[in-house]
Amino acid sequence: MDIIVAENIRKKFKLKNGQKVKNNGVVSDEVEALSGFNLKIRKGEFLVLVGPSGSGKSVFLDLVSGLSAPTGGVIYLDGKPVQAPSAKTGYVFQQYALFPWRTALSNVECGLEAKGVPKDERVRIARELLSLFGLSDFEDRFPYQLSGGMQQRVSIARALATKPEVLLMDEPFAALDAQTREILQNELIRIWEGTDTTVIFVTHSIDEAVFLADRVAVVTARPGRIKELIEIDLPRPRTGEIRSSTEFARNRHKVWLALKSEVSKAEQYTKLATGFAG
Amino acid sequence: MSKDLVVPEKLGLKARSIDLGGYIQGFAQIFEGLKNWSIGIPLVLVFFALWELLPRLGLVDALILPTFSDTIKVLYDLIVSGKLLLHVLVSLQRTIAGFALSVLVGVPLGLLMGHYRQFEKISDILVQSLRNTSTFALMPIFLLVLGLGESSKIAIIFYGALWQILMNTISGVKSVDPIYIKAARSMGLSEKDLFIKVILPASFPSIVIGARLGAKIALMVVIAAEMIGAKSGLGFFIQNAQYNFLIPEMYAGILTMSILGLIINYLLVWLERKATYWKGDLSGSIH
Repeated sequence: MDIIVAENIRKKFKLKNGQKVKNNGVVSDEVEALSGFNLKIRKGEFLVLVGPSGSGKSVFLDLVSGLSAPTGGVIYLDGKPVQAPSAKTGYVFQQYALFPWRTALSNVECGLEAKGVPKDERVRIARELLSLFGLSDFEDRFPYQLSGGMQQRVSIARALATKPEVLLMDEPFAALDAQTREILQNELIRIWEGTDTTVIFVTHSIDEAVFLADRVAVVTARPGRIKELIEIDLPRPRTGEIRSSTEFARNRHKVWLALKSEVSKAEQYTKLATGFAG
Repeated sequence: MSKDLVVPEKLGLKARSIDLGGYIQGFAQIFEGLKNWSIGIPLVLVFFALWELLPRLGLVDALILPTFSDTIKVLYDLIVSGKLLLHVLVSLQRTIAGFALSVLVGVPLGLLMGHYRQFEKISDILVQSLRNTSTFALMPIFLLVLGLGESSKIAIIFYGALWQILMNTISGVKSVDPIYIKAARSMGLSEKDLFIKVILPASFPSIVIGARLGAKIALMVVIAAEMIGAKSGLGFFIQNAQYNFLIPEMYAGILTMSILGLIINYLLVWLERKATYWKGDLSGSIH
């Protein structure tokens, strides 16, 4: 069953006053981030989006979350068009985006507050999630007192607190060092395998994509659309050892091949037209 | 506030090419260093010693500048007799009323103006013109319209303190990291909750700085207002002492004013620390 259906999505952005961009020789003050973007995401799957910079992967997440509306086309979540942010989706950002004036525990409670969950219940759920990430001893700490890895754990816990059907993750581990990154990938996969949450995960790392994904969706250079959907046929539950297996290398190669030409296309593109990051 | 020893380099005395920015920064750091009690207290003592010695040695006419010890003696008598306290309380009452009003208006207005760009664009010209009109210049108008009673004084203080609070709130809101707003929206926070739970706490440090600057202005304005048309308050007391040639009383009043300002400033610095507990101890604040 498909939980998300994106039909013929188009998303345009207007540049700031006076800014121009050249698309195939045509000067315009608009940038087309997505065009003809079609994607069906199965319930409970771990889908990873990879693609060159500026191919609109994050834009797609914003559309699914309801934070912005597509210029054309419709995104269905559970059969209903997405119109506004709801508790059905949880969002994890690269910059953690924890509220620095709240403790770890209170940050996790945040989404539950918006839903009107009573205090006792909020604390119970938040404690449970923090302990799942091994952060029970840090619940009273403020974000500045936590390492990057810990902050991102809190941020994932915060997104999971409202039990969303879909978890959106926008390069969540990109700002972390390589070791922490692997540890968090392992933790994420361990926790996710125990739930029925659907995950849409954006990354630039092919290794990360292959390790985490059920399917990898390769997005084209701007304007982004799905170029190829690659099934990752690695067994679950997955652990760190799988990274050095030959199957892993084979899957990795498949994704790399699909991505290679798009990345070089995007590079050409950036040389022609600068002034837009997204 | 750093408690490290002040080394020459920190004081900006390191050899630099002629560069104004560097000098300004250097001076700023010297002042920062002066906050150290180890230098600050002796400096204040030197000031008081000069105050004592200049009239005593006949370098300054004691009628114009009574000695520090005479001033303190008069101040002590004024405190003991309860004469001064009344005026201080009246001034404080006016200051607090006007200041509270400016917070009540400035903060919500600033939150709205900072968040809704259209609202700011519309109100910007009006706000800028009002803000750049001297409060002191407007005093006669306040007196004309509101009369000599309490309301005119409170209104003047309100007007004087409002702009710092408003401007700092606006800039605080504008500098809220958009990612917090995105995160809050993604969690389904309502527009009201967005203000109360995200925008307000995120801009709170800036608001408190505005409040501190506003309080300083409020204290300055209250004295001026009381000098123009009042029968009580510290400003009246100082003015009255001058008219009646009670020069030591006048200095005692001024000294009281300084002490009051100092206490309020430190109170607000303390509040500022409390308000930024979540920021860690990395940034020092300029008093």
